[in-house]
Amino acid sequence: MLNEWTFIGLFLLMGAIFPGVPILLNSLILGPKKNNPVKNSPYECGIETVGDTWVQFKVQYYIFALVFVIFDVETIFLFPFAVAFDQVALFMVVEVVIFILILAGGLIYAWRKGALQWV
Amino acid sequence: MDLSQLFSDPVGFVRDLLVQLLASLGLADSAINVILAAIGVVIIASFCLVLPLFLIWFERRVVARMQDRIGPNRVGPQGALQTIADAIKLLIKEDITPIGADKLVYNAAPILSVIAVISMWAVVPFAVNILGTRLNVGALYIISVGSLGTLAIMMGGWSSNNKYALLGAFRTVAQLVSYEAPLLLSLLVPVILARSMDLGTIIEKQEVWFIVAAPVAALIFFATSVAEVGRTPFDLLEAESEIVAGFHIEYTGMKFGMFFVAEFLHAFTVGALTAVLFLGGWRGPGAEAYPLLGVLYFMFKAFAGYFLVILMRAALPRIRIDHMLDLNWKFLVPVSLAAIVLTLLGDKLIQTAGLESEWLRAGLLFLGNLVLVWVVYWFLSASARRMRAEEEGADDHASPGHDDHGASHEAHAVLPGDAGAHAAPAH
Repeated sequence: MLNEWTFIGLFLLMGAIFPGVPILLNSLILGPKKNNPVKNSPYECGIETVGDTWVQFKVQYYIFALVFVIFDVETIFLFPFAVAFDQVALFMVVEVVIFILILAGGLIYAWRKGALQWV
Repeated sequence: MDLSQLFSDPVGFVRDLLVQLLASLGLADSAINVILAAIGVVIIASFCLVLPLFLIWFERRVVARMQDRIGPNRVGPQGALQTIADAIKLLIKEDITPIGADKLVYNAAPILSVIAVISMWAVVPFAVNILGTRLNVGALYIISVGSLGTLAIMMGGWSSNNKYALLGAFRTVAQLVSYEAPLLLSLLVPVILARSMDLGTIIEKQEVWFIVAAPVAALIFFATSVAEVGRTPFDLLEAESEIVAGFHIEYTGMKFGMFFVAEFLHAFTVGALTAVLFLGGWRGPGAEAYPLLGVLYFMFKAFAGYFLVILMRAALPRIRIDHMLDLNWKFLVPVSLAAIVLTLLGDKLIQTAGLESEWLRAGLLFLGNLVLVWVVYWFLSASARRMRAEEEGADDHASPGHDDHGASHEAHAVLPGDAGAHAAPAH
């Protein structure tokens, strides 16, 4: 078990080194360095930007993110159940189906409330 | 040292050789293990980074053929070295960080996006004993590192100090985060069928490919994975005609290149994962005895999936953002929930009835899926009819989008019972 996660850890490390090396090679050694304020200004089709970039989020995005969190967390609970599927009896499966139906009820509630409506 | 092992277990053969070599150097066992793991990591990671060089050329050629062009054909045989020339060009480009950008986040984003895609390959089995490592939570691992890619795109868009990039990041939240829900739900179906999250076990259990027992889940998995990559028809986060280039608008040189590599590798990973989860992975005649043959089968299936992704990119127009979200939350999520319920109940009932044959189980579940498709079709056409009647009642103008095709798109927006709450969109 430890060995497997060592492998994963090494993989993540290598995943950082492999793209990191060409990026550093490009930005530190090979690429030209002729900066000027106009070149470094944010691109907006040639017009100078007005105001702050980091504007307020539209509230709609939060709602979708919230619905997503609900679904994600609930689904994670189903994965261990799926692994133990051979050991559970039929009535337990029915219980899980009821669990999923409650989840679907949440979706229908959000739907009827108009949370899934893009405005 | 048995040479026949070279064919039956090539990785084990090489590993044995290396262990003997390292042990003769007098290294401790744990050090040998770490070195072997490092070698494996380097091999798989380099495979993952060299593969896009080929994929980009392949995709450009195929898309060109679809658009009645020739595509790159000058550098190398059939233009196969074009991507290497492009990579060299990107290496000698100037690296620009826009004024006011959040430097740390800005520079970390392209690296993170590559990490997210490459790490998925750590658990993908190429053949019966050719694989990075076996995780007993492989399916969850793939989803969790895959969602790092979403984070990378969000980081890149947010930190660029550019409004187009920020719009791209906003859309990322709406799209990638939303599509993760049906992705996770449809991934649950093969896990139920195999009773394991380990990708190796999932393949071993596929005496009958899971696409037979779960065609609906397979389709949903494929479609949502394409949306996760941000490919056409779901390329809203980098829609070049709307927000120029979206989240990577300010990136130049190799940082842009890394986003590019990550996207193409991810598109191929979609094909590979579909092959592993639904098409039997390395399974094929003679694959267990000769793992190298299994690698061939696996790559063939993965490329078939990837080819489909390319065809979708070349053939389909971009989907509108409200349609995209409706398609996800009002169509894919309910249908995948229904597919899970169907698989759960169906599989358990078949097991309780004592029908042990794999083919019988797959056939019965396939019939169940057909019923599901029919019910969904009935729902869609009923709601499409209702919507059309509503719109014709509300105003008489007949817009050209309202032929059958347009109606089926609209149908995703409304299911029966929703007529009151859902106002018809103004055209």
